[in-house]
Amino acid sequence: MEVIQDQDTQVKAQVRNFSFFYGKNKAIKDVNLQVLDCKVTSMIGPSGCGKTTLLRCFNRMHDLYPGTHYEGEILLESQNLLALDPIEVRMRIGMVFQKPNPFPKSIFENIAYGLRIRGIKDKNVINERVERALRDAAIWDEVKDRLKDMAFNLSGGQQQRLCIARALATDPEILLFDEPTSALDPIATASIEELVINLKGKVTILIVTHNMQQAVRISDYTAFMYIGELVEFNRTDVIFNNAAQQRTREYVSGQFG
Amino acid sequence: MQGEELDLSAIVKDVQMRKSISIRKFWDVLFSFVALSFLILGLAILLLLIFQLFVDGRGLLFSWSFYTSFPAPNAAEAGILSAFVGSLFVICVTVLFAIPIGVAAGVYLEEYAKSSSSPAVRILTDFIEINITNLAGVPSIVYGLLGLEIFKETFKLGNSVLTAGMTLGILVLPVIVVTTREALKSVPSTLKEGSIAIGASKWQTIWDLILPASIGSILTGVIVSVSRAIGETAPLITVGALTFIAFLPPLPFSDRFAPDPQTGELVRAGQYGLFDWLFSGYTVMPIQMFDWVGRPNPEFRVNAAAAGVVLVLLTLVLNSAAIFLRIYFRRRIKW
Amino acid sequence: MTNTSLSLIQIRKLIQRQNLFDQLVLVALLMAAFSSIVVTGGILWILISESVSFFSQVPITDFLNLNDPKWTPLFDDKNFAIITLISSTLVTTGVSVAIGIPMGTIIAIYLSEFASSQVRELVKPILELLAGVPSVVFGYFALQTVTPFMQQVILGVQIFFAPGRDEFDYYQLPGFNMLSAGIVMGISIIPLISSISEDAMRAVPKQMREGSFAVGATRLQTSFNVVLPAAISGIIASYILGISRSLGQTMIVAVAAGTQPVYTWNPLEGASTISTFIVEVAKGDIEHGSLEYNTIFVAGLALVVMTLAMNLLGHYLSKRVREVY
Ligand SMILES: Nc1ncnc2c1ncn2[C@@H]1O[C@H](COP(=O)(O)OP(=O)(O)OP(=O)(O)O)[C@@H](O)[C@H]1O
Ligand SMILES: [Mg+2]
Repeated sequence: MEVIQDQDTQVKAQVRNFSFFYGKNKAIKDVNLQVLDCKVTSMIGPSGCGKTTLLRCFNRMHDLYPGTHYEGEILLESQNLLALDPIEVRMRIGMVFQKPNPFPKSIFENIAYGLRIRGIKDKNVINERVERALRDAAIWDEVKDRLKDMAFNLSGGQQQRLCIARALATDPEILLFDEPTSALDPIATASIEELVINLKGKVTILIVTHNMQQAVRISDYTAFMYIGELVEFNRTDVIFNNAAQQRTREYVSGQFG
Repeated sequence: MQGEELDLSAIVKDVQMRKSISIRKFWDVLFSFVALSFLILGLAILLLLIFQLFVDGRGLLFSWSFYTSFPAPNAAEAGILSAFVGSLFVICVTVLFAIPIGVAAGVYLEEYAKSSSSPAVRILTDFIEINITNLAGVPSIVYGLLGLEIFKETFKLGNSVLTAGMTLGILVLPVIVVTTREALKSVPSTLKEGSIAIGASKWQTIWDLILPASIGSILTGVIVSVSRAIGETAPLITVGALTFIAFLPPLPFSDRFAPDPQTGELVRAGQYGLFDWLFSGYTVMPIQMFDWVGRPNPEFRVNAAAAGVVLVLLTLVLNSAAIFLRIYFRRRIKW
Repeated sequence: MTNTSLSLIQIRKLIQRQNLFDQLVLVALLMAAFSSIVVTGGILWILISESVSFFSQVPITDFLNLNDPKWTPLFDDKNFAIITLISSTLVTTGVSVAIGIPMGTIIAIYLSEFASSQVRELVKPILELLAGVPSVVFGYFALQTVTPFMQQVILGVQIFFAPGRDEFDYYQLPGFNMLSAGIVMGISIIPLISSISEDAMRAVPKQMREGSFAVGATRLQTSFNVVLPAAISGIIASYILGISRSLGQTMIVAVAAGTQPVYTWNPLEGASTISTFIVEVAKGDIEHGSLEYNTIFVAGLALVVMTLAMNLLGHYLSKRVREVY
C-alpha cells in the first residue's frame, strides 16, 4: 500500500483491498488508495480502466443496478461506507456527472432539491443555502435574476456548474467528479477548473479526468489506474515528473492510452 | 478549541439523518406494498372474472349441444353455433380488408414519406400521422355509425357479414398501421443499404428484404387486432348484427335449398356463389352474449356466462400468442 | 461477356421498367396511407350532415336545455336535452378515472422504478391479457359480481354509521348503477394507463435518476420529483387515452349501468350514457333518415366533441405542467 506522508492533512477516506464486480467481471482489482481531507485527488488512466467504476463505488451508485458487488472496504473516516445505508452515504458524498444532468425543474428547485429531500422546509434556510451554493459554484451572478427559469435553458457549462451547486448545497464531505468537463468547451472547462481550485480546502474532491493537463492544473494528488488496478498513487508533481513505475511514465508522457 | 462542541452537534446531526433516512425508506416500502397489492388485485380480478363465468356457465359449458345449436327461445336449448361461425366469417373479412391497407399505409409512412424531401409530402405525412393517432382515440361506437351510414345505407350492403367485417376493419386499421411502422423501424438500415447497393429498387428492397424481416412483428399486431375485433360489440350492434340467427352463412358452392313451388318441400335449387356468404345475415359471439345478458329471464345468464367463457378463452389465447410471438421474435432477431 | 451479364441497353430498359413499377406501387401505398384521412373525413361528414338534418327539426335550445332536462326522442312527447346523457357519461367516466388513473400510475411507477426486470417481464403480459378481455365480458362482471358486492358494501357502510335500523330503511343500491360500471371501466383502463405511462417513465434518461440518487434521494422521492415530471407529457397522454376510452366505453355501461335516460349526477343510480343510448336505438329497427336515425348521430357527435375537448384540455395541461416544472 502506498502511503503518502503529509503532515498538514488527515486521511478522509481510505480504500482497502477493494475489488468490484459487474456480475462475474472483476472491474476493480484489489485497490488500495488514500483520499486526503480537503485536497483534490485525480484519477487518470486509459479508457475502460475502471476510473468511473471506482468513483461510483464511493457513493454506492452501483447499488442501483442488480448484479454488482463489492469486496474489501472503503473507510469514510473510520466507518466502512460499504456497510452503511447507501442513502446515508449519498447524503454525505455528493457527485457531479460527466454530462450535466439537471432535473426538469427550475434553477432554484434544482438546487433546493437535495435540501427538500432531507426534509428541510424552512424557506429562509432553503433560500440562504441555495444562494450560497450558487455563489460557491460561481454561477450566482449569471442566474440570480432567473431562478424560476427551467434549468434546461442554461448553457452546457452553466448546467454543469448548476449540478455542482446542487451537490454543494447539501454540504457533502466528499465531492466526486466524473470527467466534469468532457462535454464542455474550453471556456466552460476553465471556469469549472477554477471552481474546483476554489473549493480546495473546503471539501475533499475526487475527480476523474482524461485530460492530463487538467490533472496537473487542479489536483494535489494523482492516482494512475490501468485495467482495474491502481498502478501508482502520489503527489501530482511526482506522478507527472518522477513516477516510480514504468507504465505511469509511459502513460503521462502520452506513449499509450 | 471548539472541537468537542462540533463533535456533539455532529452526533446529533447523524442521529437526525438516520432517522430521516428510515422514515423515507418506510415510505418506499409502503409504496411498494400498495403497488404490489394493486397488481395482485388486477390479476385477482382477471382470475375472478374467469372463475365467475365458469361457475355461472358450467351448466352449459360442458354440454356439446351448446356448441352445435342455434339460438332458441328456450335457454337450455340455445347455443352459440351461429354466433361462433359468424365471428369467424366477420373476422375473415376484417383481416382481408385491414391487413393490405394497414400494412401498405405503414410501409408508405415509414419507408417513403420519412425519406421524402418534398415539403408537400412532409405536411401530408404529418397530417396523416396526427390523424391516425386521433383515430385510435375515436370511440368504437362512432365507427359503428360510420359503417351504418356508409356501408349499410349508402352502399346498400345491409346487415351483412361484409358490412360488419369492413366496419371492424376500419376500426383496427390504426393498430395495424402503428405496429407495421414499429416493425419496419426495427429493421437495420444496413440491410436496406446492402440491397440498394447491389442495384435493387426501393420497392424490391422492401418486398424482398424488409417485409420478410419484419413479418413476425407485423403478425403480432395483426393478432392483437383480431383479438380486439372478436370482442368488439357496440359497432356491430350499430351496423345491425342480429341476435337471433338460426342459419349459417352459406359456404361457397354449397347446395342451396328452396321450397318447391308445388309441394312446399325444401328441394335443392342450385349452388351458392363464391361470395354469397359476404351478404348473409349474421351474429357474432359478443352480441349473442350481450343479448343473453339482457334477457329478463335469468336462465339465459347461464348461456351468457358460457358464451363469455368461450369469448375470454379466445381472446386470452390470441393475446398470449401475440405476446409469445413478440418475445420469440425479439429473442431471435438480434441485429 | 458471359450470357448472364446484360448490355447497358438492357440494364437501362430493366431500370425503366422497374421504375415504372415502383411508381405504381408508390401510388397504391399512398392511397392506402390516405385512406385514414378518408375515414376521418367520413366520420366528420356523417356526424355533421345527420346532425344538420337533426337540428333542422329540433331547435338547438331544446338540445342544450338545462331546465328539468329530459331525453325522450322515441316517445310521443319528444325531449332532446343532451345533458341527460352527458351527465351519466361524465359520471361513469369520473368513477372510472378515479379508479384507473391512481392505480394505473402507481403500477406504472412500481414497474418502471421499483420492480426488478424479472417481475416486470412477468407482470406486463398479465396486464396485457387483462386489457384484452372483451368489454361485454367486463360488463357481465360488473353486473353479476361487482354490483352484488357493492350492494353489500353500501349496506355495510350504512349499518356501520347508523346501526340498528330495519333492513328496508337502508338505501339499497339498484341492480343497474353507474358506480359498478364505472369501477369496472376503471379496472379495464388500468393496463392502458400503466403501460403507456411506464414507457414514458422508462424513456427518462438514467443520468437524471442518478443525479437524484446522488444527493441521497430514495426511490420514491426520485420517482415523484424527477421521473414523473420528466415523463409528464407521456403520462398525460396515457390519461387522455384512458379517459377517451371511458367516455366511449359502451358495453360495460350498456350491460351494467342501466338503459333509462335519467338526468342525474349520482353514481349510485342507473342511467343511460350517450353510447348506451346509441346501442339501445340501434338494437331496434330504425328507418334510415328518420328523426330517430338522426338522433343517434347527434349523440355520436356529442361524444366525439367531448372526446375532442378532452384531448385539447390534455394538450393544454401537458404544456402548462411542463412550464411549471
Ligand atoms: N454497467 C456495466 N456492466 C458491465 N461492465 C461494465 C459496466 N460499466 C463498465 N463496465 C466495464 O468495466 C470496466 C471499467 O469501466 P469504466 O467505465 O469504469 O471505465 P473508465 O475508466 O471510466 O473509462 P472511460 O475513461 O472511457 O470513461 C470496463 O471494462 C467496462 O467495460
Ligand atoms: Mg468513465
